[in-house]
Amino acid sequence: MTPPTAAARVARTDETAGEIRVPEAAQVTSSQAKPAQAPHLRAVPEADAGPALWRDGAFQDDEWTRTGEDEAVGEGPAILPLKRFLAEREALSQRNSPLGVIVEPGEKLDELVPHLTRVTLVVLPFPKFADGRSSSTARLLRERHGFEGEVRAAGDVLIDQMPLMRRCGFDAFEISDPVTRKQLANGLWPDVPFYMQPVGSSRQQEVPAGTRPWARRPA
Amino acid sequence: MYRYDEFDHDFVQARTAQFADQVERRLSGELTEEQFRPLRLMNGLYLQLHAYMLRIAVPYGTLSSKQMRMLAHVGRTYDRNYGHFTTRQNLQFNWPTLKDVPAILRDLASVEMHALQTSGNCIRNVTTDHFAGAAADEVADPRPYCEILRQWSSIHPEFSYLPRKFKIAVIASPKDRAAMQFHDIGLELKRNDAGETGFAVFVGGGLGRTPMIGHRVRDFLPEEDLLAYVEAIMRVYNLHGRRDNKYKARIKILVHETGAEEIARQIEAEFAEVRKTDLLRLPEDEIARIQAYFQPPALPEKPARSSAFEAAKADSRAFAAFAQNNVSAHKAAGYGIVTVSLKPIGGIPGDATDAQMDVVADLADRFSQSEIRVSHEQNLVLPHVALDDVPALYAELKAHGLETGNAGLVTDIIACPGLDYCALANARSINIAQDLSNRFGSAEKQAEIGELKIKISGCINACGHHHAGHIGILGVDKRGEEVYQVTLGGSGDETAAVGALVGPGFTGEEIGGAIETVVDTYLKLRERPDETFLAAVRRLGQKPFKEALYGAA
Repeated sequence: MTPPTAAARVARTDETAGEIRVPEAAQVTSSQAKPAQAPHLRAVPEADAGPALWRDGAFQDDEWTRTGEDEAVGEGPAILPLKRFLAEREALSQRNSPLGVIVEPGEKLDELVPHLTRVTLVVLPFPKFADGRSSSTARLLRERHGFEGEVRAAGDVLIDQMPLMRRCGFDAFEISDPVTRKQLANGLWPDVPFYMQPVGSSRQQEVPAGTRPWARRPA
Repeated sequence: MYRYDEFDHDFVQARTAQFADQVERRLSGELTEEQFRPLRLMNGLYLQLHAYMLRIAVPYGTLSSKQMRMLAHVGRTYDRNYGHFTTRQNLQFNWPTLKDVPAILRDLASVEMHALQTSGNCIRNVTTDHFAGAAADEVADPRPYCEILRQWSSIHPEFSYLPRKFKIAVIASPKDRAAMQFHDIGLELKRNDAGETGFAVFVGGGLGRTPMIGHRVRDFLPEEDLLAYVEAIMRVYNLHGRRDNKYKARIKILVHETGAEEIARQIEAEFAEVRKTDLLRLPEDEIARIQAYFQPPALPEKPARSSAFEAAKADSRAFAAFAQNNVSAHKAAGYGIVTVSLKPIGGIPGDATDAQMDVVADLADRFSQSEIRVSHEQNLVLPHVALDDVPALYAELKAHGLETGNAGLVTDIIACPGLDYCALANARSINIAQDLSNRFGSAEKQAEIGELKIKISGCINACGHHHAGHIGILGVDKRGEEVYQVTLGGSGDETAAVGALVGPGFTGEEIGGAIETVVDTYLKLRERPDETFLAAVRRLGQKPFKEALYGAA
């Protein structure tokens, strides 16, 4: 039998079909293209100005300095893009300060792996929160390559992804989103603390839960 | 059936509470729609043309009668008294309000259900053969493996922001009733010569804009390596799948552009590494523990032949047709698997009212061990019915308009919701399905035509599986007019094939007549009555159908 509401539904659609039909190209544009500055990425408001770095449960001053493309590597802990690090690693090994490397999504972590002992920080950017490549890279760094330094999420880091990121091995987060900053300051941590995956990368203590070999809980 | 333990309950409750908070933050304006979107999608909540749509997971298409009653309750309480069963064995409600969604999810959680990962760029509901656990021809019940995959993929920290959605299907029979080769990962449960259980693994199948059939990357994967191997595939895809164009982001494109052999090599290399950690190996006793939930019901022994069933067939042509089309072979003698068609003649494929859901739940309690299945063909299945009981079941179905005996026939049409609901659609699908159903609706005509799968999509995203239809119909927008293209020769079974376009499209008024022409051409040219439409198209090619539709060249 035909559900009783069918006729009404079809009729309603007929009335509105002309207005709502959007050319496909237009739909693609609206859903795909992002404005250069997404609204939630706008600068942190004045009142909120403070350290961007969230680490060990608090906003902290960042002891690291990012080195620009043509800048000389300064004193103190310095962060370099992967390419530059690889090109200058001989010279850099003469420095006495810690080195950090940015591995962009799409760059090959394998190129950094032989030199990981020289590095104390790896920055893994999220160009968009929906781009999950750096989550895989973080897990590989921790679980496969045993990296014990800091793994820092940068870019479009939002609160709802952070508990997942921590399980993938991130222990530091550069946060510019004002809402995320406020929520972290208020103690929000939207985790579902029952895990269905055993990971060797998590930055919190996790213990098996029940008999299932893949279930975990925070210790 | 799988039953939640305390951990599962806590997990779903925590997730429901988390999403309730996110809804709160969205309603208060703290979250923008852009920020809320991936969160709501991960919880099955879409924004459609007219309203939100909530897609509820029916893991591997298995429902208890209690769960079905809850779905009826949700439809009655929060929606417009009906729901729509989908081609991914899920159920969607088309009219919930955002503020009600947390309450709906709480109601669902009370019967061990959720809407987790029914959308979003994550691992979606794992689907399987809708006859799983009952089919006479299965190697073993595939659902324990689906359940293991469901658990492992839930809120996966690494694989929740994939390039695109990801669909896994598991089958366990040589006969593919789940379109396994059209999934991102297809798994075929099998036994090797030593009698061990494992999987043939297919990667890179899919429908959508660019239909592709999955490549076999492993002939036999031991079952203990299931999760490790799937993780390896997911990681290769997460790292290397395209993110520059959402229409090229599915794994099928990565496989196509990289080459199946090279992808298989990358997967094997990653798998070898994953295996070293030994985190994901499935111990035999754990598989056995999950399998215990899916023990076949204790069915009283019956003779293979039921005189009540045979007598009813002799008595009524309508019942005989129902018995032939809607009752399939069960592994236990004297039992059958009964398909409850949601394709009434002239109706909307896959829709069921709250009252019908309640009826099916009651009938499952009376006749089928309280078990129900949802098929990817948008029907319901009562998997364990004594043949002796089929006449009584049929009478009850008939009293509620659910007795249509058309499973697998020309009116058993798959159709996407189309422009009646969907923001992506270019054309309506439901009205075309209704028109065709009416044209071919007589019992005699359907019996004459035999097995013929028509599948209709209202846009090139192919939710109606038109590429896999023996006859596929694709609605497109041509200068503001709905135009329907016809493909022939597609198939979603073990002989998977993508249908080929037969020629220029037809208007909404013309398409019904055009399909009649195609069917009449088949009837005229088939070699024997038992040469199916698909077999005839494969033998004849497109030419005679083209000529019938467009005239000789």
